[in-house]
Amino acid sequence: MSILDDGKATAPPGDGLAALESRRSTAETFGIPLAVLAEVTHRCPLQCPYCSNPVELDRAGAELTTEEWKKVLSELAEIGVLQIHFSGGEPTARKDLVELVRHASDVGLYSNLITSAVLLTREKLAALADAGLSHVQISFQGNEGVAADRVAGFKGAHARKIEVAKWTRELDLPLTVNAVMHRQNLHQLPDIIQMAVDLDADRLEVANVQYYGWALKNRAALMPTFEQLEETSRIVGEAQARLKGTLAIDYVIPDYYALRPKKCMGGWGRQFFNISPAGKILPCHAAESITGLEFESVRSNHSIAWIWQNSEAFNRYRGTGWMKEPCKSCEFREIDFGGCRCQAFALTGDAGNTDPACTLSPLHEQIFKLAEQEAAGNNNRFIYRNFAGGTPEAEGGHGG
Amino acid sequence: MAAGRNISVSEASRPKLPRHARLKFDETRQVWVILAPERVLAPDAIAVEVLQLCDGERSVADMVDHLAAKYAAERKAIAADVIAMLQDLADKGFLTEARERTS
Repeated sequence: MSILDDGKATAPPGDGLAALESRRSTAETFGIPLAVLAEVTHRCPLQCPYCSNPVELDRAGAELTTEEWKKVLSELAEIGVLQIHFSGGEPTARKDLVELVRHASDVGLYSNLITSAVLLTREKLAALADAGLSHVQISFQGNEGVAADRVAGFKGAHARKIEVAKWTRELDLPLTVNAVMHRQNLHQLPDIIQMAVDLDADRLEVANVQYYGWALKNRAALMPTFEQLEETSRIVGEAQARLKGTLAIDYVIPDYYALRPKKCMGGWGRQFFNISPAGKILPCHAAESITGLEFESVRSNHSIAWIWQNSEAFNRYRGTGWMKEPCKSCEFREIDFGGCRCQAFALTGDAGNTDPACTLSPLHEQIFKLAEQEAAGNNNRFIYRNFAGGTPEAEGGHGG
Repeated sequence: MAAGRNISVSEASRPKLPRHARLKFDETRQVWVILAPERVLAPDAIAVEVLQLCDGERSVADMVDHLAAKYAAERKAIAADVIAMLQDLADKGFLTEARERTS
């Protein structure tokens, strides 16, 4: 999923239509984010091995109630949040989603649905549209059922997604196709791009897997080779030029193969927060993987604005004051803010270290070499995401 | 934006915002914004004034007449600016046209 960030400006500044966030100085202020991600549940019928949810999933019993979510939505609108992304898990696994979308509309929030689509019926989608839903983003695991359903760990998922995507356009809702890419499906990219055009999508996100949580467990089966990545970039570049005005394509590369680390979340606690199923306010969806940080909940006595501005977890890695070398004296420290804190923690054991995706990290060489070896290897067996801590794919179930 | 939805703005067009693009005054930041999928745009004061006239009923020609009278400006210059601005929005998928009535 892509979040509003500086890279998403759709117009050059000064033409009167500049993206708001690119004009706002975020250097010294922590203004209320324009968009917030509401992970309303971690339940999901799919078992994608790169799931962005934490390995420790919130159980259904811990989820905020309907009334709690409605109160959260009202509070978000009051403090100046403009857009709400309903995500998960699978958000439509919650029976009260239509009610939540209607409440979001009532308090003036623009709502996006980020969905796997497999639980949706046409009636449910129409009810969501009537409740004021403004945009639908559907994840795809490939361009045909065999490979895609294997990744999703759910038979019939792909066919259902195609059907729901068609209903989305019939209901005149704008559609984003989200294609998560990795070694097992990169060869399908040209067909996935054509599928997005055929589905009359407005946007396509070609998002290479980012390797933390579940994806880190599955890195050996998912990591593309450098040659595959180069080919991917060439295909995307060609399609972006060819489909200008028809399909907008956003492209995210795996940061292992980038020269500089990504400005993760636009910087820790600068532009974005998300709310976990149990109501924790987090700087990103993976932040709970960092042990030793206490995240405050909407169930606490504090307001959401207070938590965003004052809580210890948000302030720990804000700005540049927390940095050690090589970040501390680096000329790029305010450009990428040292990369991703969760990745630094997962790969080095200290979230305050430089993200090893950065070539200046002392661990970069070692990690890059390991990823290269994994990409060239033939371990194609997934560990599927579930509440039991993951289940290995059956022998012989994989394509390679 | 998706094929077949592109429009060419002329004086005869009767543009309006599609349902997924919403013009709204942001009370917190005290600016007008256009809310769209994964985007928040900040139109300038003139763009806002034009967009408020885009109701799917009024033609671009009517809007230009209105603005030329209001600002006592040369009609031709206003027309060129308004059409360029609306076309830019349309190309980004944030403007559509009222469907022609067939009855």
